[in-house]
Amino acid sequence: MKKILVIGLKDFSLIWRDRAALLLLLAAPFVLTLGLGFVSGRFAAGSGRAGLSDIPVVIVNQDHGQLGQALVNALSSKDLAGLLAPTTAGDPAAARGQVDANQAAAAVIVPAEFSTSTRPQPVPAPGGQTGPAAAIEVYANPAQPLNASVVQAIVQSFASQVETGRVSTQVTVQQLVAHGLVSPQQVAALAPAVAQRATAAEGTPLIRVSVQQSDAAGSGAVPQVDALAIFAPGMALMFLMYTVSYGGRNLLAERYAGTLARLLGTPTSAAQVLGGKLFGIFLTGLAQVSVLVVGTSLLFQLRWGDALAVAALIVAVTAAATGWGLVLAAVARTPAQVGSLGTALMLVFGMLSGAFIPLSTFPGWLQTLARISPNAWGLEAFTTLAQGGALSAIAPGLAVLLAMAAALFAAAVMMFRRSQLLKY
Amino acid sequence: MSDFILTADDLHKSYGERAAVQGISFGVRRGEVFSLLGPNGAGKTTTISMLSCLIAPTRGDATIAGHSIRREPGAVKRAIGVVPQEIALYQALSARENLLFWGQMYGLGGASLRRRADEVLELVGLRDRANDRLETYSGGMQRRINLAAGLLHRPQLVFMDEPTVGIDPQSRRNILDMVKQLNAQGMTVLYTTHYMEEAQELSSRIGIIDHGKLIALGTLDELNRLVGEEDVVELQVGAESTPPELLRALNGVPGVSQASRENGTLRLLARDGNAALPELITLANSLGTRVTNVSIRVPNLEAVFLSLTGRALRD
Repeated sequence: MKKILVIGLKDFSLIWRDRAALLLLLAAPFVLTLGLGFVSGRFAAGSGRAGLSDIPVVIVNQDHGQLGQALVNALSSKDLAGLLAPTTAGDPAAARGQVDANQAAAAVIVPAEFSTSTRPQPVPAPGGQTGPAAAIEVYANPAQPLNASVVQAIVQSFASQVETGRVSTQVTVQQLVAHGLVSPQQVAALAPAVAQRATAAEGTPLIRVSVQQSDAAGSGAVPQVDALAIFAPGMALMFLMYTVSYGGRNLLAERYAGTLARLLGTPTSAAQVLGGKLFGIFLTGLAQVSVLVVGTSLLFQLRWGDALAVAALIVAVTAAATGWGLVLAAVARTPAQVGSLGTALMLVFGMLSGAFIPLSTFPGWLQTLARISPNAWGLEAFTTLAQGGALSAIAPGLAVLLAMAAALFAAAVMMFRRSQLLKY
Repeated sequence: MSDFILTADDLHKSYGERAAVQGISFGVRRGEVFSLLGPNGAGKTTTISMLSCLIAPTRGDATIAGHSIRREPGAVKRAIGVVPQEIALYQALSARENLLFWGQMYGLGGASLRRRADEVLELVGLRDRANDRLETYSGGMQRRINLAAGLLHRPQLVFMDEPTVGIDPQSRRNILDMVKQLNAQGMTVLYTTHYMEEAQELSSRIGIIDHGKLIALGTLDELNRLVGEEDVVELQVGAESTPPELLRALNGVPGVSQASRENGTLRLLARDGNAALPELITLANSLGTRVTNVSIRVPNLEAVFLSLTGRALRD
C-alpha cells in the first residue's frame, strides 16, 4: 500500500511541475468559464449577483386591451419576482435605447392593436385559417444572450397560450354563426365572453409561466439558475478528461523512458505499479476539480451547493473519469495515441455533457449515448446541487458514477493483462 | 555458502521464431567483476533482463543469491541492483528526489534512506547538485545518478548494462573508477559492454557473447591464449575490390594464421606482425592492391573476438 501511495504522489508531484499541463489543467477551464460567463451576460448585470436573477427587462404596453395588460401582469407577477426586474417605458424607442445602452437584457413591446388582432372573425379567413395576430416584439440585448433568451422564452410561452385561446374561440364563434345561433353583428360583443369561459373551463389562467424547481428547494422559492453553475462544472468535467488522459499517457511514457521497466525490476509488483498510477491520476483529477470549485466560488461567487455533497460528487466523478483514463492507456500503444484519443474523448464527452448544448435537444439515441460519459452524470448532479439539492438528490448519480469507475477499472486491468504492458 | 552468487544454466529466450539467447550458462563469483562482452544485438541485454526477472526465460533457469529467477523473483529483485542501459529516471525531479523515490521502491524509508541517498550522491560526486532537477544535468552526470539509484539498497550483486554508452570520456572514466571502487568495497558486478577496453580494464573474468551464444569464457589471459598471443594486423586498402588470390596469398605468408577482408580493411592474425608486415605489403602491391594505412595491435580481446567469429567486435 505504501508503494502505491509513493508512486501516486510522485506522479502527482510531476504533473504540477509540467507548466504546459498546468495551463490545460487549471488555466484553460478557468479562462473558458470566465469567457462563457461574459458571453452569457453573467458578469454584465453588476457585481455581487449570482446567476439568472433580477434580469432587467423594459416593457412598453401600447395595447389598450386585456391581453397587453395580461402580459404586463405576467412579467410583473410574484412568480417571476426575483427572476425578472421589470420596468416600463413610454415608447419603443426609449425601451430600445435602454437595451442598446446595456441597461436591460431585453425590451418587450406590445403593439397597439395586439388584443384587437386576436379577436375572432365571424367567417373563416381564406384557406380556413385564422388571421395573423399582431406580433409582440422582444428586442434582445446581444451582450446578455442568456438573460435575453429567458425573457424571450417567457413571452413565447405567453404568446402560445394566447394563440391556443384565440384559435379555439375563433372556431367556436364561427360554428355559432354557421348554425344561425348568433348573428355576425353580435360577434364583437360575444367573443370576449366566449374566450373568458373557454379559459375558465380549462381551469388555467390565460397566461402561465412554468418554472421548474427542485423538490428540495424551499416552498415558493424561485430557483436560482446561474449560468456559471452549468458552465463551470461543464468545463471542469471536460478538462478532467484531459487530466485523466494525461495520466494514461504518462503510464505509456514511463514505458518508453525505461522507468516502468526499472520499477518492475524493483521488488514492486505490477499490481502495485498500476495501483500507484491509478492513484496518481485520481489524486490529480481530484485536486484539479477541487481547485476549480474553490476558485470559482471565491472569484465568481458561484454557489456549488452543499459542500459535503459536492465533495462526494467530485470523488465519484473523478473516479469514473480515472477509469476512462486507464482504459485509454490500455487501448493505446504509444503516448501520442493516448494524447489523440484523450483529446477526442475530452471534446466528445464535453459536448455530450449538456453544458454547451442542452441534452434535451439531442435525439433520443444520443441522449442515451451521452450517459456513458461521466460528464453527463456529473453535470446533472452538479446542477442539482447548485439548485439547492441535497446529497440524497444526487445519490443515484453517485451510484452510477462509482459503478462506472469499477467497471472501467476492471476492463482496464483485463486489457493491460492482454496487452502485456506491465510485462517485459 | 557457494562461491558463486549467480549461476545461469542453459538460459534461452525466443521471440517467436527469433532466438535472442540460445543456451547461455555461466557463473559469477562473489566479489568479482564479470563482464559480458559482445557486439550490439548479441543478447547481452536480454540476458540481463532475464536475470533481473523482467522477462521469463523460454528455457533454463538461473540462481542468484540462492534464489531461482523463475520461482523466487521477489527475493532475486531484493538481492540485486540494476543499472539499466537507458537513463531511467524522472527528469523533472531532482537527483535527491529521484534517489528517495527509487529507495522507497526497494523498501527503504525514513532517515536511513536520506542518509543512504547522501552517501551514494557522495560516491558519484554529485552531492552539491543534489537538489537540481535532473533535466539540468549533463548526460554523463545523469548516468552517474542512474548508477547511484541502483546502489541504494546495498545489493549483493549489481547488474550494469552498458552504463557508459553515449557519454563523454571524462564521465566514462568516472564511471569506470566508480565500478572499481565499488568492487574494492566488496560489491559483485555483472557488467555488459561492447567496449573491449572496459572489459579488459574492469573484469576478473569475461564471457564473450555473440548471436545469443556464449562463445568464450575466462580471465583475460585465458582468452588471449585462445588466439595464441597473435598480433592483429590491419591493412587499409580502400574501397576498390581486391583480387581473390590476394587473400589466399596472404594466408600463405609464414606466421599468418588467418586473413579476412571487411569493407576496405584486410585483417590478419600474425605471430609477429612487425616481421610479417614488409612481405604483406609487397604481396599486396604485386597483386595490384595499394595499401594506404597499416596498424598492428598486440593480443587483446579484439583479436580473440576476431579469431572466434571472423568479425571485428564493433561491426
